[in-house]
Amino acid sequence: MSLSTQPTDPGRDEAITQPRLSAMGWLRFIWRQLTSMRTALFLLLLLAVAALPGSILPQRNIDAVRTADWIAQNETAGPILDKLGFFEVYGSPWFAAIYLLLFISLVGCVVPRSRLHWRAMRSQPPRAPKRLERLPAHASIEVDGTPEDVLRDATAALRSSRFRTHSYDATTVSAEKGYLKETGNLAFHLALIGVIIGMAWGYLFGWRADIILPVGESMANVAARYDTLRPGPFVDTSEFKPFTMTLEDFDAVFETKVKGEGQFGTPRSFTAHVQFTPEPGAPTQKWDIEVNGPLETGGGTAYLLGNGYAPKITVRDAKGNITYSEKTPFLAQDNVYTSTGAVKVSGAGPAGKQLGFAGLFLPTAILDEKGPRSAFPDALEPALALTAFEGTLFPGGRPQSVYSLNTSEMTQLQDPDGKGPLRIWLTQGQTYELPGGRGSITFDEVVRFAGISVRSDPGKELTLVSALVALLGLILSLTVRRRRAFVRVAPGTGEGRTVVTIGGLAKDDDEGMGDQLEDVLTRLKERRT
Amino acid sequence: MTNETLAGYSNLALYSAMVVLTLSMVLYAVYLAGLLPARESARESAAEAEVTERELVGVGAGAGASERAGRGVEAGPPAPVELSARTRKAGGIAQSFAVLGTLLLVATAVLRGLSVHRWPLGNMYEFGVVASMFTMVVFVVWALRRDVKWLGLFVVGPVLVVLGMALTVWYTEASQLMPSLQSIWLAIHVTVATISVALFAVGCSVGLLYLAQRRFGRSRGVLAVLPEPRVLERLTYGLHIIAFPLWTFTLIAGAIWARQAWGAYWNWDPKEVWTFVIWVVYAAYLHARVTRGWSRESATWIAVAGFICVILNYAVVNVYFVGMHSYSGL
Ligand code: HEM
Repeated sequence: MSLSTQPTDPGRDEAITQPRLSAMGWLRFIWRQLTSMRTALFLLLLLAVAALPGSILPQRNIDAVRTADWIAQNETAGPILDKLGFFEVYGSPWFAAIYLLLFISLVGCVVPRSRLHWRAMRSQPPRAPKRLERLPAHASIEVDGTPEDVLRDATAALRSSRFRTHSYDATTVSAEKGYLKETGNLAFHLALIGVIIGMAWGYLFGWRADIILPVGESMANVAARYDTLRPGPFVDTSEFKPFTMTLEDFDAVFETKVKGEGQFGTPRSFTAHVQFTPEPGAPTQKWDIEVNGPLETGGGTAYLLGNGYAPKITVRDAKGNITYSEKTPFLAQDNVYTSTGAVKVSGAGPAGKQLGFAGLFLPTAILDEKGPRSAFPDALEPALALTAFEGTLFPGGRPQSVYSLNTSEMTQLQDPDGKGPLRIWLTQGQTYELPGGRGSITFDEVVRFAGISVRSDPGKELTLVSALVALLGLILSLTVRRRRAFVRVAPGTGEGRTVVTIGGLAKDDDEGMGDQLEDVLTRLKERRT
Repeated sequence: MTNETLAGYSNLALYSAMVVLTLSMVLYAVYLAGLLPARESARESAAEAEVTERELVGVGAGAGASERAGRGVEAGPPAPVELSARTRKAGGIAQSFAVLGTLLLVATAVLRGLSVHRWPLGNMYEFGVVASMFTMVVFVVWALRRDVKWLGLFVVGPVLVVLGMALTVWYTEASQLMPSLQSIWLAIHVTVATISVALFAVGCSVGLLYLAQRRFGRSRGVLAVLPEPRVLERLTYGLHIIAFPLWTFTLIAGAIWARQAWGAYWNWDPKEVWTFVIWVVYAAYLHARVTRGWSRESATWIAVAGFICVILNYAVVNVYFVGMHSYSGL
């Protein structure tokens, strides 16, 4: 015997025995297979396996450069895996197929179960079996009183143990409790659907935008101002809330005390001090944005997701006119902020040629036989190590990275002493005279920049609430016990004595059933004295 | 900023804990060995299943009925097993040492935390120590409620291996945390994760004993003195249904933290993927247990697979996979 109100597997078997299936029959057959618990289990395991490659292979949306490198290094496997979507696992059709099937299965399973549970909650516990001694847990005692009185008290005892009771005849009472188990289970499964809807909502209506902001500079929340902008399909980028933000100062602290490997020089704190104006005309507020402390702007959340150095570089032509003067961000390549970047002087120089510089910024520079490098992430001895090019900066006007030069239509300047390519080494405040009357380049000073990311996810509340409901449902489902108990009374050995037999039936094996019956009997005895 | 003296005491506490736990492990082995002859004589009284059950686990009547019937043994009146004084003593001392070792591990973690003025869960070494600590806490607290001395060897042994690894492979000097770890969510998310890992660990240990009994029968060696398979299976399930909601919470708390620190609650970072995979595998275990056509045995294998994922997540993903969680301190 089992607790049959819980159809863990709604009608799986009868479909299989149907002899020949019509088109409709096939559909029903497929539907039943899909919504069976065995399929759900298979899909769950499949989902786990399918999620793994994305954690092992580099993923394009996380690190495009590493992905490209990997494909280049694995000439045979790379392109094949790429075709199959292994570098965008979580956006690939096969991954989507698994979770969509799982959720169709979930809906197909949970909806009928909810209906059954709704009915079960409003129906009475079933009739008591003939022989209660056959139930896995049972007990029998004899008490004073007539069978009617004892049955009445037994009913009360069951109720005070939070059973729902019903009497089909004058000698038995049926009781059941623990409906919350199934309620919790259904809430759990339904809430999982809520989580998915929330995620989809966030994908469709959310956006993220990144900007590199050197100390002293300002930004406004308009699409064109961002370095990169990734809006969801349904986002109107012209409707961004027009807040503005100025980076006043930036603090970075690195480990200097602990010398152990992997510790010395690791970052300890980053703080971006900003002036924030929620909308034009509104009063300006001072804010600190930290790594774990984003700024809620009211039109997206602003995070501090990166930082680095932006040396201020000035280029002059032969007559001393300034042709370029900007805080130029260099992107950190490692833990000691060896940073790469480029200077593009777009105004044409003599003979219509444009100048370009590319190279390294080193916050704590060392120059020895191993070449230029940085020894520490803080700007203790900042230096620039650059090479110079002239020619056409933007061949064909194609868009290109701000942080590197496209030298396909440029020639490298050579050292006038014939020592090969020209190498420029500048410390703070130094100026280098370019050969051949091309003017000069100056490293004025260095400031830090903050990598600010503004993000909006309108689905996150739904996801969070659903996840918490799922957790609550899960706890109910796993802790509440679904139990049935039946009591039968019969005249006892002496006058005014009654034999009470109680039997219990639980879902799954339930260690506490014996105690539960004991408890009911104790409550009954209390009432009989 | 780090207090070297306290960090030193923390390490001292760890060495002491390992010595005490080693003794505890040896005595648990002696205890198990001592049960063997007791079992033999009990078998003669033809009431073995009942006895083991009463003596070792104290489950209610009825639970073992089918198993006994299946093996054709008459259920006679329970004859209490006479444990030799030596065996009983070994079990008692092993238990006391386990408690002492646990307290020393607590001291290790607390002193470490005090020495750096932060929650002691910032690198692999600290995860290893705290996970071991919680595993011992789970075991010791469980032992207050039922006699699980038979399990001692299978918990303390693995814990010692992890502590050994923590000291030799993952050791990291006490220091401050990098910015993305400086959050209250570190305490919440990682602590709950470690507690559920501890529960999964004990659950996996019991599950493996169950599977071993299923495979090799109950007549051989140590397997003979363990509780019967049905009981082991239910204990396995019981531990997992505590651990699973905690892991679910870990997942949710991690997502909340990810939104704070990285700007999005889900980034498919390798560590997130593995946390999710582990969740799915254990969900599959709970599912399999009630799916028709799946035996309890096959379901338990899924639980074991889940714990293998937990180990990989810790020992491999932390160290070798590139992602935003690269905080191992190695
Ligand atoms: C996203 C997919 C799913 C996940 C993550 C999932 C997860 C779980 C978990 C963790 C449990 C155990 C906790 C509890 O009893 O509430 C459970 C139970 C259950 N699931 Fe699912 N499930 C999924 C899909 C399905 C589907 C498609 C079905 C129907 C075919 C289903 C039917 C059930 C049933 C009947 C139980 C109750 C088991 C019991 O009585 O203890 N689930 N599920």
